[in-house]
Order: sequence, then structure tokens, then C-alpha cells
Amino acid sequence: MIAAACSFTLIAISVSLVLNVYRLIAGPDAPDRILALDTMVINAIGLIVLAGIMFGTTMYFEAALLFAMVGFVSTVAFCKFLLRGNVIE
Amino acid sequence: MEVFAESASAFFIVIGGVFLFTGSWGLAKLPDTMRRLHGPTKATTLGVGSLLIASILYFVLLHEAAGIHEVLITLFLFLTAPVSANMIAKAHIFRNQALRETLPADAGGSGWATLGVPAGSHQPRLSGSLTDE
Repeated sequence: MIAAACSFTLIAISVSLVLNVYRLIAGPDAPDRILALDTMVINAIGLIVLAGIMFGTTMYFEAALLFAMVGFVSTVAFCKFLLRGNVIE
Repeated sequence: MEVFAESASAFFIVIGGVFLFTGSWGLAKLPDTMRRLHGPTKATTLGVGSLLIASILYFVLLHEAAGIHEVLITLFLFLTAPVSANMIAKAHIFRNQALRETLPADAGGSGWATLGVPAGSHQPRLSGSLTDE
């Protein structure tokens, strides 16, 4: 049962990443592209957690945590650059 | 017990996948940036939250390997998702002059805190201090 659910979610997250890449390329303005990147990070975290469940190992959670931190910091840095023209003033 | 754990994990995994897909679909489909923000910021935190609940159930009930990592990831995402959404919304407001003119006046007179200076004078400054953010 878990294998079937994992397959379903794997397909759902893959389609989500394709939709995010579409928004990343087509997004008319820079905040749309930042938002698409942020959503891609969220989807990647979901994928890492799902891989942990599929392979039955807790080894991947550190990777997911680091990915979440890097994604947050990069999103804030991009937005800060758009707002102030500088990241660290 | 094992059947219950498997069913609950599978249920939360499917819910997480549905929420993640819905968030990205909203991001791709909705017409402007402010509406596009809704999909990712709400649905994907719920989606990752469901996946992490599934992971907790799976590892605690079936593998006896309880970890604090899932709770840490949930806490971190729930703290940071509103901040990044707020930053993206501010960047969008700052870049869009027509949108900024439709906004009501803010309380502090700082132009919705996008620059820390009164609305109308939008010169990016070379140096700033933390107090006028």
C-alpha cells in the first residue's frame, strides 16, 4: 500500500516540478521566477522526504533540513536584492 | 497495528502529493503574482507537512526509529514560509508602480515599508541602517 502511495506521490511531485519549470521560464517578472524557485525547493524537500520513506532510511532528513535552510536564505536574498539593490548593506 | 500504520502512512503520503501538486498547479495557472503566491505558500507547507506526518508514523510505528528531524523540518518550514512569501509580495509591490498607486495609505508613511522612505521617492540608497527597515 505504501509503495503504491509513494508511486502516486512521486508522479505528482514530478508533474509539479515540470509546472514550476514552466513558471520559471514563462514568469513575466522577477518575483514570479523567485516564487517558482521557492516552490521548486519545497517540492525537492517533499521528494527527499518521500525518498526517505521509500528506501526506509532516516539518513535523508539532514539533507532535507539543509535544503530548506538554503532555499529560504536564497529566496530572502533574491527578494532583498530586488528591494534594495544590494544583499548585505 | 501494522495494517493501521501502513494505511495511515499511505493516506498522508497521498494527501501530501495532492497538496504539492495543487500548489504547483496554482503557481502555473493563476493570472498574476499576488494570486500565484497563494498556491505555493499554503498548499506546499500543508503538503510537506502531510509527508512529514506520514514519515513520522512510518518510522515510529514500523521501524521504531523516532527522529526529531521531521519536527525540525516542519518547524523550520512553518516559520520561514510566511517570511519568504512576505518578501516576494514586497518585491512585487516595489517593482510595480501601478499597483503601488492603488494601495491605501500605510500607517507609518514609509510606502508599505518597501524602502523605508516616504512613497514617491524611490531612490535606492547606497547605505542603510537596520532601524529604518
